[in-house]
Amino acid sequence: MLKILNKINGINNVIENNNLFEIEFDKTNILNIFNQLKDNVDLNFNQLLDITAVDYPSREFRFDLIYILQSLTKNKKVILKTFIKENENIESITSIHRSADWYERECYDLFGIEFINHPDLRRIMTDYNFEGYPLRKDFPLTGHTEVRYDDLEKKVIYEPVKLTQEFRNFDSESPWEGMENKLFGDEKSTGEN
Amino acid sequence: MKEVELNTTTINFGPQHPAAHGVLRLVVELEGEVVQRAEPHIGLLHRGTEKLIEYKTYLQAVPYFDRLDYVSPMCQEHAFALATENLLGINVPERAKYIRVIFAEITRILNHLLNIPAYAADIGAVTPFLWCFEEREKLLEFHEAVSGARFHAAYFRPGGVHQDMPEGMEEKLFDHFKTLPKFIDDLESLLTNNRILRQRSVDIGIISKSEAIEWGCSGPVLRSAGVAWDLRRSQPYDAYDQVDFEVPVGKKGDCFDRYLVRIEEMRQSISIINQCLNKIKPGPISIEDNKITPPKRNQMKKSMEALIHHFKLFTEGYRVPAGQVYSAVEAPKGEFGVYLVSDGSSKPYRCKIRAPGFAHLQTLDHLSKGHLMADLAAILGSLDIVFGEIDR
Repeated sequence: MLKILNKINGINNVIENNNLFEIEFDKTNILNIFNQLKDNVDLNFNQLLDITAVDYPSREFRFDLIYILQSLTKNKKVILKTFIKENENIESITSIHRSADWYERECYDLFGIEFINHPDLRRIMTDYNFEGYPLRKDFPLTGHTEVRYDDLEKKVIYEPVKLTQEFRNFDSESPWEGMENKLFGDEKSTGEN
Repeated sequence: MKEVELNTTTINFGPQHPAAHGVLRLVVELEGEVVQRAEPHIGLLHRGTEKLIEYKTYLQAVPYFDRLDYVSPMCQEHAFALATENLLGINVPERAKYIRVIFAEITRILNHLLNIPAYAADIGAVTPFLWCFEEREKLLEFHEAVSGARFHAAYFRPGGVHQDMPEGMEEKLFDHFKTLPKFIDDLESLLTNNRILRQRSVDIGIISKSEAIEWGCSGPVLRSAGVAWDLRRSQPYDAYDQVDFEVPVGKKGDCFDRYLVRIEEMRQSISIINQCLNKIKPGPISIEDNKITPPKRNQMKKSMEALIHHFKLFTEGYRVPAGQVYSAVEAPKGEFGVYLVSDGSSKPYRCKIRAPGFAHLQTLDHLSKGHLMADLAAILGSLDIVFGEIDR
């Protein structure tokens, strides 16, 4: 199986791990790759389990886009990974896997990744008229707006979040271990003494 | 161009509707009484679980899993515990594996004992609902006995389970599961051959084998379509490779088959629990590495080291080596998976939750097309939808 996977055009890096394959692929070949994974009799990855993303704000290719497929006949799973930039979009795979519809919508809703040729790319999880992409690392945990029922206006209103206590995120890392900025003279200590 | 006159009515089903199983808003397009399109609007119960988990340590993330599918809490902790253990590279002791299997199966019975009567209630039978709740209460007492909580147990933790079963629990479980098959028989005598139930569920909401796979269905929905797929069998975790059980499959994939599969799964679960109770032996219930599981209380009174470990575990938590992992369990509703990314710190960098109900609800439009409005409630009930996990 590893050999067949390696042959597919656009697949770069295949790691086998028990009954799970981890693959990195090139996003320009996405449709071809998913078609082959599904239709090749020796692979038969016919069930799409999930699509998700991971945000790394400091990288140029900001998002890892993850696809998880399963083959019921071969009893294997595969995690496909590709990297995309912030304002880049990617081809939708709804034409190959129908269940990709909602997964891509979710990805779009929470990360702001746009899928080209998706039949109905709307927000799915968040509120109607929601703004921002909550699962990005730069989106605050508390959000931007809060809702409450206003007794005078007799309707639910949206207001900016008011925190009675500032949000606290304790850094429990030891100052000796967690230090990122090197101090002047540190380079001398790494050499052989 | 030909002019076509549309004669459809659009109605709102939910978000507050007893047959919506929570907060589902369905925009239904009807032609007379026939459903043309049913478009689910989800997310009304979205609490941002995945985002919250990124700000919590691995141990603090466990209780969030109880609150996803609140009908079957322990199975979801199971998926998270397995994912974390996988990243940590640890193996839990034998006894913990058996305890986990026993309680995962109790949870499965609990889930089906809610879904079956709720489904029956959707299509007109009220009695099973009250019956099953009584039976559920008895099972929840076992949850309470081991974890102190009926639902939000936080019992399966990375490294094992929180505490051992109390003394005499094994006999009590054994006695209880002697009586439960009789209850399932009674339940079946009320429902299986009931004319109304059959009229309302046979040939309703049929999903074929290939469609079920295509739409990403799993669990009873996939099995009812005739695919003998069960993660407990095909990719066994914990002690599932030590027990013997059968995987029930349906023939048609209609609502009635889904109901039958669930009934049979309960029987299989009882058999699994009995086998585990015969095989379980005394021993440790979590790995004895105080870098991951907290030390015992009496150790803490004597040992400085234990006290330091305890403090570090409950402030900083344990560090998990960097990496990514996807691990899935066969939850009562289907494949429940956790995709976990660690950056080497004590908090998950990303935790994606793969909820089976999300994929199932997506098929609703497809399944209900051409059926009557009243069947929509039946289809929805038979898919076993719980919004805690779908909206996350």
